Amino acid sequence: MTMWPRILTLIVKELEMLLQDRQSRMILIVPVLLQLAVFPFAATLEVKNNTLAVYNEDFGRESAEVMQRFSRAQAFTRLLALHSEADVRRAIDRQEALIVLRFPPDFSRDVVAGRSPAIQAILDGRRSNSGQIALGYVQQILNAYTRERLPPPFPPAPSTLGVRHWFNPNLEYTWHILPCLIAIITSVNALIVTALSVAREREQGTLDQLLVSPLTPRMIMTGKIIPAVLVAVVQGTIILLGAVLAYRVPFEGSLPLLYGSMICYSLALAGVGLLIASVCATQQQAFLGVFSFLMPAILLSGYATPVDNMPVWLQSLDWANPMLHFIVIVKGVFLKNIGFAASLRNLVPLLIIAIATLGAADWLYRRRFAFRAP
Amino acid sequence: MSDALVTLDRVRKVFPGSTKPALEGVSAALRPARITGVVGPDGAGKTTLIRLMAGLLAPTSGTLGVNGRDPVRDAGFLRGFIGYMPQRFGLYEDLSVRENLELHADLRGLAGEERGAAFRRLLEFTGLAPFAARLAGRLSGGMKQKLGLACALLGRPRLLLLDEPSVGVDPVSRRELWSMMGELAARGLTVVWSTSYLDEAERCAEVLLMNDGRLMFSGSPADLTAPMRDRTLQLRRLAGNRRRVLARVLRRPEVMDGVIQGHAVRLVLRPGAARPGLEELDAGGQAELVPVAPRFEDAFIEALGGGPGGESVLAQRLRPVRGDHDTVVEAVALTKRFGGFTAADDVHFAVKRGEIFGLLGPNGAGKSTTFRMMCGLLAPTSGTARVMGIDLKTSPSEARQRLGYMAQTFSLYGNLTVAQNLKFFSGAYGLRGARQRSAMAEMTEVFRLQPFLGTAAGALPLGFKQRLALACAVMHEPALLFLDEPTSGVDPVTRREFWTHINGVVDKGVTVMVTTHFMDEAEYCDRIALVFRGKIIAAGSPDQLKEQTASPENPDPSMEDAFMALVQQHASEFPP
Amino acid sequence: MTAPGSFRRLRALCRKETRQILRDPSSNLVAFVLPVVMLFIFGYGINLDSAALSLGLVLEDAGPEARHFAASLHGSPSFAVQTARTRAEIAEALTEGRVRGFVVVPVEFSEKLKQPGAAAPLLVVADGSEPNTARFVENYVAAAWNGWMLQRAAKRGETPPPAIGIEPRFWFNPAAESRNFLIPGSITIIMTVIGALLTSLVVAREWERGTMEALLASPVTRAELLLSKLLPYYALGIVSLFLCVGVAVFLMRVPFRGSLLGLWGIGSLFLAGSLGLGLLLSTVLRNQFNAAQAALNAAFLPAVMLSGFLFEIRSMPPVIQAVTYVIPARYFVTAMQTLFQAGQVWPVLLSSGAFLAAAGGLFIGLTALKTRRHLE
Repeated sequence: MTMWPRILTLIVKELEMLLQDRQSRMILIVPVLLQLAVFPFAATLEVKNNTLAVYNEDFGRESAEVMQRFSRAQAFTRLLALHSEADVRRAIDRQEALIVLRFPPDFSRDVVAGRSPAIQAILDGRRSNSGQIALGYVQQILNAYTRERLPPPFPPAPSTLGVRHWFNPNLEYTWHILPCLIAIITSVNALIVTALSVAREREQGTLDQLLVSPLTPRMIMTGKIIPAVLVAVVQGTIILLGAVLAYRVPFEGSLPLLYGSMICYSLALAGVGLLIASVCATQQQAFLGVFSFLMPAILLSGYATPVDNMPVWLQSLDWANPMLHFIVIVKGVFLKNIGFAASLRNLVPLLIIAIATLGAADWLYRRRFAFRAP
Repeated sequence: MSDALVTLDRVRKVFPGSTKPALEGVSAALRPARITGVVGPDGAGKTTLIRLMAGLLAPTSGTLGVNGRDPVRDAGFLRGFIGYMPQRFGLYEDLSVRENLELHADLRGLAGEERGAAFRRLLEFTGLAPFAARLAGRLSGGMKQKLGLACALLGRPRLLLLDEPSVGVDPVSRRELWSMMGELAARGLTVVWSTSYLDEAERCAEVLLMNDGRLMFSGSPADLTAPMRDRTLQLRRLAGNRRRVLARVLRRPEVMDGVIQGHAVRLVLRPGAARPGLEELDAGGQAELVPVAPRFEDAFIEALGGGPGGESVLAQRLRPVRGDHDTVVEAVALTKRFGGFTAADDVHFAVKRGEIFGLLGPNGAGKSTTFRMMCGLLAPTSGTARVMGIDLKTSPSEARQRLGYMAQTFSLYGNLTVAQNLKFFSGAYGLRGARQRSAMAEMTEVFRLQPFLGTAAGALPLGFKQRLALACAVMHEPALLFLDEPTSGVDPVTRREFWTHINGVVDKGVTVMVTTHFMDEAEYCDRIALVFRGKIIAAGSPDQLKEQTASPENPDPSMEDAFMALVQQHASEFPP
Repeated sequence: MTAPGSFRRLRALCRKETRQILRDPSSNLVAFVLPVVMLFIFGYGINLDSAALSLGLVLEDAGPEARHFAASLHGSPSFAVQTARTRAEIAEALTEGRVRGFVVVPVEFSEKLKQPGAAAPLLVVADGSEPNTARFVENYVAAAWNGWMLQRAAKRGETPPPAIGIEPRFWFNPAAESRNFLIPGSITIIMTVIGALLTSLVVAREWERGTMEALLASPVTRAELLLSKLLPYYALGIVSLFLCVGVAVFLMRVPFRGSLLGLWGIGSLFLAGSLGLGLLLSTVLRNQFNAAQAALNAAFLPAVMLSGFLFEIRSMPPVIQAVTYVIPARYFVTAMQTLFQAGQVWPVLLSSGAFLAAAGGLFIGLTALKTRRHLE
């Protein structure tokens, strides 16, 4: 059988369908660029430009100096002065401030006397994560202040704690988000190209046209899988370039490893897409199916919150999530320069998922494709 | 024209984003208490015209009046005056018959005793009373049509607008609808009925004949067919190949149009032309030319400028098919069940090489199910479907390589261009390089697709869509062609062109299997199987079926008469 | 048209819509099953609190002081400590993501501690590829280290150097559990998706099935048509909202301190906006597939990224912050988090409510404008 020329014909057709008119081309490219432009800025757990409120019951010089230091911090661009308990309640209730610091009346006196006063910090429990991070900043500022105040004869601290952040020395959030985006954005189109295009062929009757031709179900499947991989690789490359050139995320690792795993990943996605399509009669259903897969896949991929924080049972379930594995590999290649051996921990599961989904799709399609209910 | 209920004055309608007007310069007056047919092929502008009358669209220029009022400006008043049934009947399929009626009654402000009385009257009138609790989606096509009608009739409108009420409805239900409408018109209701079935037009009191957005004729059908009198003949008792006889008939300059009718050939002469000599037609010594009654379609063809001629450029380019199987297609005890419903029940038939075999039957009778099992698209529950001696269930690609398939609805890639579609389908059938290029060039020429090569297939006019679909089905020179309702909705000239091609390729030895619900298409077939309720209730040549049903009252039944008689006979012998 | 006639038509249309909802498994799926499934995924999958960070420890010095320090790490509930022999070994674990960070107690640790005036160095290394976790590693280790130094000083009878302490109090959420604010936020996202998705299909469906034509040819008015699409789906949305809140409170044990009336009020205003958005898309696009896709893009992504449910709005660049002001989900997130945790804080609820009402009015108004009494 002259197999490859026919598969090539199928691939060319699929790509023509994708790139035929302006609107379809736009749908492939515009969301990618838009998300590339917005997400790295929006998706951040850093605390910047926030409001710090201070209820100062102390009138000394020292508390004023501490407040000076707060106003210079990047985390707090606004300082709100409060004057009563009621003010404190209001500032927190109405979310006017993320954190309220309350200096006790004898704060300055205690500092001058070399005692260790304590400041009360009231935080908004509705934003407790940001609050905790902000609290860390506050503590750092206070520590620096007290250290500088120490009179020279005072013995230095017996120990020092050096902090290093490997792979991302300044804890840039974009360094984390952009590699994740490669996985997220490519997944959307890889699924759409497979699941929705099969459903569309079924809805518009062209699938019948293919099935009465000498093309075998396997050729038809291959003709769907390869374009999906191509689309994923092209979109992945766009984000890779954007990350390196526009956002200046350092790329440390090996390109062949990145592209190899990207192909594995898109094969796994194509398998999922074909499986979704096999149970859907219409594009509408395929769309809901893609959404039902994508939403948990993205949320549980470790991109929004760390996988370690999930309960163990969910972590085990999440093993079947291809996005989880691919994100680990992309971040590893990008930031940690992991080698092939280190990537195997995630590459092998990715391959297993790809083989399982594609195998299941192949099994289903050889039965259902040719002989399905009208 | 002062008594006209609906008036149209130089109505023009151009849809936004389109340059070609959907309607152009339509002027007419529709008189009350009669059935006016709006007739023409798909895309002629029938639906636009009906929607304009219903006040759902505003004309780009020109004026419309319904009972002296403007349908858009006075919509509030006219909504009670007009009953409207859209295409596909506008029913909520997930509501029951009664719930659909209740909704429309409430929307039209029908309350109290009047409401109950209207329900009783309409349920009885439409015969739907026993099915009041059934979901509309579970009704047959004919029953849906009646329910749609009942909904449109609630609130006693004086003008009833029906948009393609007979699509998807079997001939028995169509006849019932006609008699219902006749009754209502007699009681004073004005009915406007749009249809692409030209035979329905003959029964209307008046027709508006549309083509390509223009009104070609308005008046009584008899006025249109009158000039055709004495020009329509049937060539009977011919010997030899009737397809070749038809081709010879169409080659005569005095003949305007011709079709096959069973074993006879029907022809229409040009105005003032003499009958052709029998010897010139070479139809055998027994042949005779008998005058027959003119039909509406004859007049329509003449209005369009005559038939397309009898030469198939396609067939000239085909190489003769040499086959080793005398029986090319065979169904043995073919049965398909969907749950508790038997869509095809113990179907047997065999098709020989070079034969046109037709599956004829109303929608939902099981002909599509049977057809799909034959092409290997559906697995039979039991029995076997063999094509060229091979069971397609095991689906070897070699067998598929030798068949061509044209689906019922347009099913090529609508957003790819004509050239891209041709390239894809030739590639899918393994044509490459010079062979592929020459096949594409030939199809472009045969089907006159040159001006459309860069056009998206979905944007083609219907006739060209069908041509492209046929081109894609035959470009790899198949030995067997499956055609599923190949000409539904196209104008009669295009339909003839199609059949000229089909006849031509059959002469080269290609076998054709076709499904249809058009009676005049059935006439082209060598043999027909009549499918009804999943069973083949009769099989034979068109003439044999007609003879079977000939009776003293109707000694020369038409194909439709035969169909009706056979269906009714079966229904009375085997009540559902 | 008289008012009673109008009321009868509206009632008939609502009844029809309700029957269709009840008979359509997919709208039941979208309204009742999807929200609960999504809530569970959000509730368990999205969590910013590290139960126990896996932390590596390299003890190059085996002296008692070093072991004492190690014990303070082992004793901390914030860490699951893995001990390694060499830095290389633990570095590999960090690269592979098996630990989130590690602490090195260098060879000279005990030695330097004994020398007066010298500082014994400790090193903490965190995996910066997950910045949020890295920050927690740093903060938690620093806290353990501080604790250790204080203990040591106390044992040796030294006065520790003065320090300014902080006594944090998390109002509404004393244990600072992130799920307490993430789950109310998730309900927002779920309601955005459900509301927009449900209605994005309904008008388009009438167009696709040809039933809209039959309705337009009847005496139905634009307002009746619009209301008949809003009211039944509003009822469905409210039931679905209370279902989500019920699951959150009773199964996931998130405290709810507001009043049900407040929830109903805010929920209704929000639903007006999200149903309105879906209806608008459905009315404009008239195609179920495109409308559903547009609804997801217009509702889901902004709700996740720009509502402040997970990502702090104030930390975003000003341009993006400006965009968040027009996203109804932003106000609903604030209102829901307040209702769950702070209770009835009227200024917050009223200002959020006002924005939600404006958004609802905008979308429904636009839909009304786009609803035509005729085809085209």
